[in-house]
Amino acid sequence: MDEKDLKLNETEFLNEDICVAEYLVYKKPETLIDIDLHYCPGCGHGVVHRLLMEVIEEMNIVDKVIGVAPVGCSVFAYNYMDIDMQEAAHGRATAVATGIKRVLPDKLVFTYQGDGDLAAIGTAETIHACNRGENFLIVFINNAVYGMTSGQMAPTTLPGMVTTTTPFGRDTSITGFPLKISELVAQLPGVCYVTRTSVHTAGNVRRTKKAIQKAFEYQMQNKGTCLIEVLSNCPSNWKMTPLESNKFIEEEMIPFYPLGDIKVPKEEK
Amino acid sequence: MAKVKGDIIVDIEKCKGCELCVVACPQGAIALSDNINKKGYHYMIKIKDNCTGCENCALVCPDAVITVYRKSGKKKEKIATISNVQNNMTMEVN
Ligand SMILES: Cc1ncc(C[n+]2csc(CCOP(=O)(O)OP(=O)(O)O)c2C)c(N)n1
Ligand code: SF4
Ligand code: SF4
Ligand code: SF4
Ligand SMILES: [Mg+2]
Repeated sequence: MDEKDLKLNETEFLNEDICVAEYLVYKKPETLIDIDLHYCPGCGHGVVHRLLMEVIEEMNIVDKVIGVAPVGCSVFAYNYMDIDMQEAAHGRATAVATGIKRVLPDKLVFTYQGDGDLAAIGTAETIHACNRGENFLIVFINNAVYGMTSGQMAPTTLPGMVTTTTPFGRDTSITGFPLKISELVAQLPGVCYVTRTSVHTAGNVRRTKKAIQKAFEYQMQNKGTCLIEVLSNCPSNWKMTPLESNKFIEEEMIPFYPLGDIKVPKEEK
Repeated sequence: MAKVKGDIIVDIEKCKGCELCVVACPQGAIALSDNINKKGYHYMIKIKDNCTGCENCALVCPDAVITVYRKSGKKKEKIATISNVQNNMTMEVN
Protein backbone atom coordinates (compact mmCIF):
# COMPACT_ATOMS: atom_id res chain seq x y z
CA MET A 1 0.00 0.00 0.00
CA ASP A 2 1.51 3.37 -0.87
CA GLU A 3 1.19 6.48 1.23
CA LYS A 4 -1.76 7.75 -0.77
CA ASP A 5 -3.84 4.65 -0.04
CA LEU A 6 -2.89 4.83 3.60
CA LYS A 7 -4.09 8.40 3.79
CA LEU A 8 -7.46 7.46 2.42
CA ASN A 9 -7.88 4.70 4.98
CA GLU A 10 -7.60 7.12 7.81
CA THR A 11 -9.26 5.18 10.59
CA GLU A 12 -7.53 1.94 9.83
CA PHE A 13 -4.90 2.30 12.55
CA LEU A 14 -7.01 3.06 15.57
CA ASN A 15 -5.65 0.54 18.05
CA GLU A 16 -8.58 -0.13 20.27
CA ASP A 17 -6.54 -2.07 22.79
CA ILE A 18 -4.16 0.87 23.30
CA CYS A 19 -6.56 3.82 23.28
CA VAL A 20 -7.96 3.02 26.72
CA ALA A 21 -7.85 5.08 29.90
CA GLU A 22 -5.29 2.77 31.44
CA TYR A 23 -2.68 3.68 28.84
CA LEU A 24 -3.47 7.38 28.59
CA VAL A 25 -0.22 9.37 28.87
CA TYR A 26 -1.11 12.77 27.50
CA LYS A 27 -4.31 14.73 27.16
CA LYS A 28 -5.21 18.39 26.90
CA PRO A 29 -5.54 20.00 30.36
CA GLU A 30 -9.14 20.53 31.47
CA THR A 31 -8.43 24.15 32.43
CA LEU A 32 -7.62 24.92 28.81
CA ILE A 33 -11.18 25.60 27.70
CA ASP A 34 -12.28 23.36 24.87
CA ILE A 35 -12.93 26.01 22.23
CA ASP A 36 -10.92 26.89 19.13
CA LEU A 37 -7.99 29.20 19.84
CA HIS A 38 -8.07 32.25 17.57
CA TYR A 39 -4.31 32.07 16.95
CA CYS A 40 -2.86 31.54 13.49
CA PRO A 41 -1.84 27.96 12.59
CA GLY A 42 1.42 27.03 14.30
CA CYS A 43 1.54 30.06 16.64
CA GLY A 44 3.52 29.49 19.84
CA HIS A 45 0.97 31.33 22.00
CA GLY A 46 -1.20 28.20 22.00
CA VAL A 47 1.64 26.03 23.29
CA VAL A 48 2.44 28.38 26.17
CA HIS A 49 -1.25 28.69 27.14
CA ARG A 50 -1.44 24.92 27.29
CA LEU A 51 1.77 24.57 29.33
CA LEU A 52 0.58 27.11 31.89
CA MET A 53 -2.69 25.23 32.31
CA GLU A 54 -0.87 21.88 32.51
CA VAL A 55 1.39 23.11 35.31
CA ILE A 56 -1.45 24.77 37.20
CA GLU A 57 -3.47 21.56 37.04
CA GLU A 58 -0.58 19.28 37.95
CA MET A 59 0.44 21.48 40.90
CA ASN A 60 -3.19 21.53 42.00
CA ILE A 61 -3.31 25.33 42.26
CA VAL A 62 -6.27 26.01 39.95
CA ASP A 63 -8.15 27.81 42.75
CA LYS A 64 -5.10 29.75 43.91
CA VAL A 65 -3.91 31.20 40.63
CA ILE A 66 -4.79 34.60 39.17
CA GLY A 67 -3.56 35.45 35.69
CA VAL A 68 -3.24 38.89 34.11
CA ALA A 69 -3.81 39.05 30.34
CA PRO A 70 -2.11 41.64 28.11
CA VAL A 71 -2.96 43.57 24.98
CA GLY A 72 -1.60 41.85 21.90
CA CYS A 73 -2.54 38.66 20.12
CA SER A 74 -3.03 36.98 23.49
CA VAL A 75 -5.53 39.62 24.66
CA PHE A 76 -8.17 36.88 24.82
CA ALA A 77 -6.06 34.58 27.00
CA TYR A 78 -8.82 34.85 29.61
CA ASN A 79 -11.22 33.19 27.19
CA TYR A 80 -9.06 30.08 27.08
CA MET A 81 -7.79 29.70 30.63
CA ASP A 82 -10.39 28.42 33.06
CA ILE A 83 -8.90 30.22 36.08
CA ASP A 84 -9.36 33.67 37.65
CA MET A 85 -8.06 36.26 35.20
CA GLN A 86 -7.87 40.01 34.87
CA GLU A 87 -7.27 41.99 31.67
CA ALA A 88 -4.80 44.87 31.89
CA ALA A 89 -4.33 47.94 29.70
CA HIS A 90 -1.53 47.65 27.15
CA GLY A 91 1.80 47.19 28.95
CA ARG A 92 0.39 47.53 32.44
CA ALA A 93 0.05 43.87 33.36
CA THR A 94 2.83 43.98 35.96
CA ALA A 95 1.26 47.06 37.59
CA VAL A 96 -2.11 45.28 37.76
CA ALA A 97 -0.44 42.12 39.06
CA THR A 98 1.30 44.18 41.75
CA GLY A 99 -2.08 45.36 43.00
CA ILE A 100 -3.57 41.86 42.93
CA LYS A 101 -0.63 40.22 44.68
CA ARG A 102 -0.41 42.89 47.39
CA VAL A 103 -4.12 42.69 48.20
CA LEU A 104 -4.23 38.88 47.93
CA PRO A 105 -0.73 37.74 48.93
CA ASP A 106 -1.84 34.12 49.28
CA LYS A 107 -2.77 33.89 45.61
CA LEU A 108 -0.28 32.82 42.96
CA VAL A 109 -0.17 35.53 40.34
CA PHE A 110 1.25 35.54 36.82
CA THR A 111 1.22 37.95 33.92
CA TYR A 112 1.24 36.81 30.30
CA GLN A 113 2.70 39.46 27.99
CA GLY A 114 4.07 39.89 24.48
CA ASP A 115 7.27 41.75 23.69
CA GLY A 116 5.46 44.85 22.46
CA ASP A 117 3.40 44.86 25.62
CA LEU A 118 6.19 44.12 28.08
CA ALA A 119 9.28 45.60 26.42
CA ALA A 120 7.88 48.65 24.58
CA ILE A 121 4.81 50.38 26.00
CA GLY A 122 5.16 48.62 29.36
CA THR A 123 8.91 48.88 29.91
CA ALA A 124 8.58 51.17 32.93
CA GLU A 125 6.00 48.95 34.62
CA THR A 126 8.07 45.85 33.93
CA ILE A 127 11.33 47.24 35.24
CA HIS A 128 9.83 48.84 38.33
CA ALA A 129 7.81 45.77 39.25
CA CYS A 130 11.01 43.73 38.96
CA ASN A 131 12.96 46.35 40.90
CA ARG A 132 10.41 46.19 43.69
CA GLY A 133 10.84 42.43 43.64
CA GLU A 134 7.11 41.89 43.33
CA ASN A 135 6.43 38.29 44.13
CA PHE A 136 4.82 37.04 40.92
CA LEU A 137 5.68 35.36 37.64
CA ILE A 138 6.03 37.23 34.36
CA VAL A 139 5.59 35.05 31.26
CA PHE A 140 7.15 37.01 28.42
CA ILE A 141 6.36 35.86 24.87
CA ASN A 142 9.10 37.21 22.62
CA ASN A 143 8.14 36.88 18.95
CA ALA A 144 10.21 39.90 17.90
CA VAL A 145 7.25 41.84 16.45
CA TYR A 146 3.94 43.46 17.30
CA GLY A 147 1.93 40.46 16.17
CA MET A 148 -1.60 41.69 16.71
CA THR A 149 -1.23 44.98 14.87
CA SER A 150 0.32 43.30 11.79
CA GLY A 151 3.99 42.90 12.48
CA GLN A 152 5.56 46.27 13.23
CA MET A 153 9.09 46.42 14.64
CA ALA A 154 9.28 45.78 18.39
CA PRO A 155 12.21 46.69 20.64
CA THR A 156 13.09 42.99 20.44
CA THR A 157 13.22 42.83 16.61
CA LEU A 158 16.55 41.39 15.45
CA PRO A 159 19.06 43.64 13.64
CA GLY A 160 18.37 43.44 9.91
CA MET A 161 14.99 41.77 10.44
CA VAL A 162 12.31 42.83 7.97
CA THR A 163 9.05 44.00 9.54
CA THR A 164 6.23 46.20 8.25
CA THR A 165 7.92 49.28 9.74
CA THR A 166 11.45 48.20 8.79
CA PRO A 167 10.87 47.06 5.20
CA PHE A 168 14.60 47.16 4.45
CA GLY A 169 15.55 45.39 7.66
CA ARG A 170 16.02 46.88 11.13
CA ASP A 171 18.76 49.50 10.92
CA THR A 172 20.24 49.78 14.40
CA SER A 173 21.78 53.20 13.60
CA ILE A 174 18.23 54.59 13.38
CA THR A 175 16.14 52.33 15.61
CA GLY A 176 18.65 51.33 18.25
CA PHE A 177 19.44 47.81 19.35
CA PRO A 178 17.23 44.91 20.44
CA LEU A 179 16.35 45.24 24.09
CA LYS A 180 17.37 42.18 26.09
CA ILE A 181 14.86 42.65 28.88
CA SER A 182 15.67 39.35 30.57
CA GLU A 183 19.38 40.15 30.95
CA LEU A 184 18.42 43.66 32.08
CA VAL A 185 16.05 42.68 34.89
CA ALA A 186 18.31 39.83 36.01
CA GLN A 187 20.60 42.57 37.43
CA LEU A 188 17.95 43.68 39.88
CA PRO A 189 18.21 42.29 43.43
CA GLY A 190 14.45 41.78 43.77
CA VAL A 191 14.40 39.35 40.86
CA CYS A 192 15.00 35.72 41.80
CA TYR A 193 14.63 33.69 38.63
CA VAL A 194 15.12 34.62 34.99
CA THR A 195 15.31 32.06 32.23
CA ARG A 196 14.92 31.99 28.47
CA THR A 197 13.25 29.06 26.76
CA SER A 198 11.49 28.36 23.49
CA VAL A 199 8.64 26.16 22.28
CA HIS A 200 9.83 25.28 18.78
CA THR A 201 10.75 21.65 19.54
CA ALA A 202 9.36 19.02 21.89
CA GLY A 203 12.48 19.16 24.09
CA ASN A 204 12.20 22.91 24.47
CA VAL A 205 8.50 22.62 25.25
CA ARG A 206 9.41 20.24 28.09
CA ARG A 207 12.03 22.70 29.40
CA THR A 208 9.56 25.58 29.27
CA LYS A 209 7.10 23.57 31.33
CA LYS A 210 9.79 22.82 33.94
CA ALA A 211 10.61 26.53 34.14
CA ILE A 212 6.96 27.45 34.77
CA GLN A 213 6.78 24.80 37.49
CA LYS A 214 9.91 26.14 39.20
CA ALA A 215 8.68 29.73 39.00
CA PHE A 216 5.43 28.87 40.81
CA GLU A 217 7.42 27.01 43.46
CA TYR A 218 9.63 30.07 44.01
CA GLN A 219 6.53 32.22 44.27
CA MET A 220 5.15 29.93 46.97
CA GLN A 221 8.43 30.47 48.84
CA ASN A 222 8.09 34.29 48.41
CA LYS A 223 11.43 34.51 46.63
CA GLY A 224 10.70 37.55 44.47
CA THR A 225 10.01 38.24 40.83
CA CYS A 226 10.34 35.40 38.29
CA LEU A 227 10.53 36.08 34.57
CA ILE A 228 10.36 33.41 31.89
CA GLU A 229 11.10 34.65 28.39
CA VAL A 230 9.72 32.27 25.78
CA LEU A 231 11.02 32.69 22.23
CA SER A 232 7.98 32.22 20.06
CA ASN A 233 7.12 32.39 16.39
CA CYS A 234 4.80 34.64 14.45
CA PRO A 235 4.47 32.84 11.13
CA SER A 236 1.84 35.27 9.83
CA ASN A 237 3.84 38.44 10.32
CA TRP A 238 7.20 36.88 9.62
CA LYS A 239 5.59 35.83 6.31
CA MET A 240 6.66 32.24 6.81
CA THR A 241 5.08 28.83 7.12
CA PRO A 242 4.98 27.50 10.69
CA LEU A 243 7.88 25.16 9.85
CA GLU A 244 9.96 28.00 8.39
CA SER A 245 9.22 30.15 11.42
CA ASN A 246 10.52 27.47 13.78
CA LYS A 247 13.65 27.23 11.67
CA PHE A 248 14.03 31.00 12.02
CA ILE A 249 13.86 30.61 15.79
CA GLU A 250 16.60 27.99 15.70
CA GLU A 251 18.87 29.80 13.26
CA GLU A 252 18.29 33.50 13.96
CA MET A 253 16.53 34.05 17.29
CA ILE A 254 18.46 31.62 19.51
CA PRO A 255 21.94 32.80 18.45
CA PHE A 256 20.89 36.33 19.44
CA TYR A 257 18.78 35.39 22.46
CA PRO A 258 20.58 32.36 23.92
CA LEU A 259 18.43 29.86 25.79
CA GLY A 260 19.03 28.89 29.41
CA ASP A 261 18.93 30.23 32.95
CA ILE A 262 20.04 33.84 33.30
CA LYS A 263 19.49 34.04 37.05
CA VAL A 264 18.60 31.35 39.59
CA PRO A 265 17.95 31.71 43.34
CA LYS A 266 21.20 31.82 45.33
CA GLU A 267 21.09 28.45 47.06
CA GLU A 268 20.72 26.70 43.70
CA LYS A 269 23.93 28.05 42.19
CA MET B 1 2.72 -5.44 11.39
CA ALA B 2 5.15 -3.70 13.70
CA LYS B 3 4.67 -4.26 17.40
CA VAL B 4 2.45 -1.40 18.50
CA LYS B 5 3.26 0.38 21.74
CA GLY B 6 1.57 3.73 21.38
CA ASP B 7 -1.29 5.44 19.66
CA ILE B 8 -2.80 8.89 19.26
CA ILE B 9 -6.27 10.31 18.80
CA VAL B 10 -6.55 13.56 16.87
CA ASP B 11 -9.41 16.02 17.16
CA ILE B 12 -9.34 16.68 13.44
CA GLU B 13 -11.86 19.52 13.45
CA LYS B 14 -9.64 21.57 15.78
CA CYS B 15 -6.44 20.87 13.84
CA LYS B 16 -5.05 23.81 11.86
CA GLY B 17 -2.72 21.81 9.65
CA CYS B 18 0.40 23.64 10.83
CA GLU B 19 2.52 20.49 10.34
CA LEU B 20 4.62 21.10 13.47
CA CYS B 21 3.64 17.68 14.86
CA VAL B 22 4.67 15.98 11.63
CA VAL B 23 8.30 17.08 11.89
CA ALA B 24 8.32 16.47 15.65
CA CYS B 25 7.44 12.78 15.26
CA PRO B 26 10.62 10.69 15.44
CA GLN B 27 8.78 7.71 13.90
CA GLY B 28 7.45 9.44 10.80
CA ALA B 29 4.10 8.06 11.86
CA ILE B 30 1.96 11.07 11.00
CA ALA B 31 1.31 13.40 8.06
CA LEU B 32 -1.26 15.87 6.82
CA SER B 33 -4.30 14.37 5.14
CA ASP B 34 -5.22 15.13 1.56
CA ASN B 35 -8.69 15.86 2.91
CA ILE B 36 -9.64 19.06 4.71
CA ASN B 37 -11.68 19.68 7.85
CA LYS B 38 -14.57 22.12 8.32
CA LYS B 39 -12.17 25.00 8.78
CA GLY B 40 -10.50 24.17 5.47
CA TYR B 41 -7.23 22.88 6.90
CA HIS B 42 -5.47 19.67 5.91
CA TYR B 43 -5.68 17.88 9.22
CA MET B 44 -3.13 15.56 10.75
CA ILE B 45 -3.52 11.79 10.39
CA LYS B 46 -1.53 8.66 11.14
CA ILE B 47 0.11 7.10 8.12
CA LYS B 48 2.04 4.32 9.86
CA ASP B 49 1.36 1.98 12.71
CA ASN B 50 4.66 2.53 14.52
CA CYS B 51 3.73 5.17 17.12
CA THR B 52 5.65 4.75 20.36
CA GLY B 53 3.51 7.14 22.40
CA CYS B 54 6.45 9.50 22.94
CA GLU B 55 4.14 12.54 23.22
CA ASN B 56 6.31 14.77 21.01
CA CYS B 57 3.49 15.56 18.61
CA ALA B 58 1.14 16.50 21.44
CA LEU B 59 3.77 18.70 23.10
CA VAL B 60 4.43 20.86 20.04
CA CYS B 61 0.77 21.12 18.95
CA PRO B 62 -0.37 24.72 19.53
CA ASP B 63 -4.02 23.75 19.40
CA ALA B 64 -3.91 20.88 21.89
CA VAL B 65 -5.70 18.47 19.58
CA ILE B 66 -3.70 15.31 20.24
CA THR B 67 -4.31 12.68 22.95
CA VAL B 68 -1.54 10.11 23.42
CA TYR B 69 -1.66 6.54 24.71
CA ARG B 70 1.27 4.31 25.54
CA LYS B 71 1.37 0.69 26.56
CA SER B 72 4.17 0.26 29.08
CA GLY B 73 6.72 -2.48 28.44
CA LYS B 74 5.91 -4.27 31.68
CA LYS B 75 3.37 -7.02 31.47
CA LYS B 76 0.05 -5.77 32.72
CA GLU B 77 -3.00 -7.81 33.49
CA LYS B 78 -5.64 -7.17 30.87
CA ILE B 79 -8.21 -4.89 32.39
CA ALA B 80 -10.04 -3.39 29.47
CA THR B 81 -13.10 -5.25 28.36
CA ILE B 82 -14.79 -4.58 25.06
CA SER B 83 -17.43 -2.39 26.66
CA ASN B 84 -14.74 -0.48 28.54
CA VAL B 85 -12.89 0.15 25.34
CA GLN B 86 -15.97 1.49 23.71
CA ASN B 87 -16.82 3.74 26.62
CA ASN B 88 -13.38 5.21 26.54
CA MET B 89 -13.50 5.68 22.83
CA THR B 90 -16.71 7.62 22.92
CA MET B 91 -15.31 9.72 25.73
CA GLU B 92 -12.13 10.59 23.87
CA VAL B 93 -13.43 11.08 20.35
CA ASN B 94 -16.01 13.80 20.16
C1 LIG C 1 -2.43 52.07 24.60
C2 LIG C 1 -2.38 51.26 23.36
N1 LIG C 1 -1.42 51.54 22.43
C3 LIG C 1 -1.34 50.81 21.31
C4 LIG C 1 -2.20 49.78 21.09
C5 LIG C 1 -2.11 48.97 19.80
N2 LIG C 1 -1.54 47.68 20.01
C6 LIG C 1 -2.30 46.59 20.20
S1 LIG C 1 -1.43 45.17 20.35
C7 LIG C 1 0.03 46.01 20.14
C8 LIG C 1 1.34 45.30 20.16
C9 LIG C 1 1.28 43.88 20.55
O1 LIG C 1 2.51 43.26 20.40
P1 LIG C 1 3.03 42.20 21.43
O2 LIG C 1 2.87 42.68 22.81
O3 LIG C 1 4.42 41.83 21.01
O4 LIG C 1 2.04 40.96 21.30
P2 LIG C 1 1.92 39.89 20.11
O5 LIG C 1 0.70 40.30 19.37
O6 LIG C 1 3.16 39.94 19.29
O7 LIG C 1 1.75 38.60 20.83
C10 LIG C 1 -0.20 47.36 19.96
C11 LIG C 1 0.88 48.34 19.74
C12 LIG C 1 -3.19 49.52 22.07
N3 LIG C 1 -4.06 48.52 21.93
N4 LIG C 1 -3.25 50.27 23.19
S1 SF4 D 1 -0.23 37.23 14.32
FE1 SF4 D 1 1.58 36.11 14.98
S2 SF4 D 1 1.55 36.11 17.23
FE2 SF4 D 1 -0.51 36.69 16.48
S3 SF4 D 1 -1.66 34.76 16.43
FE3 SF4 D 1 -0.82 35.08 14.40
S4 SF4 D 1 1.14 34.00 14.41
FE4 SF4 D 1 0.50 34.25 16.54
S1 SF4 E 1 3.33 10.02 20.08
FE1 SF4 E 1 5.42 10.15 19.24
S2 SF4 E 1 5.57 8.41 17.84
FE2 SF4 E 1 3.39 8.69 18.27
S3 SF4 E 1 2.67 9.98 16.57
FE3 SF4 E 1 3.20 11.35 18.28
S4 SF4 E 1 5.32 11.97 17.89
FE4 SF4 E 1 4.90 10.15 16.60
S1 SF4 F 1 0.51 20.38 15.43
FE1 SF4 F 1 -1.66 20.23 15.99
S2 SF4 F 1 -2.70 21.79 14.76
FE2 SF4 F 1 -0.68 21.48 13.86
S3 SF4 F 1 -1.01 19.93 12.26
FE3 SF4 F 1 -0.39 18.82 14.10
S4 SF4 F 1 -2.31 18.28 15.10
FE4 SF4 F 1 -2.79 19.86 13.60
MG1 LIG G 1 5.10 40.25 19.96
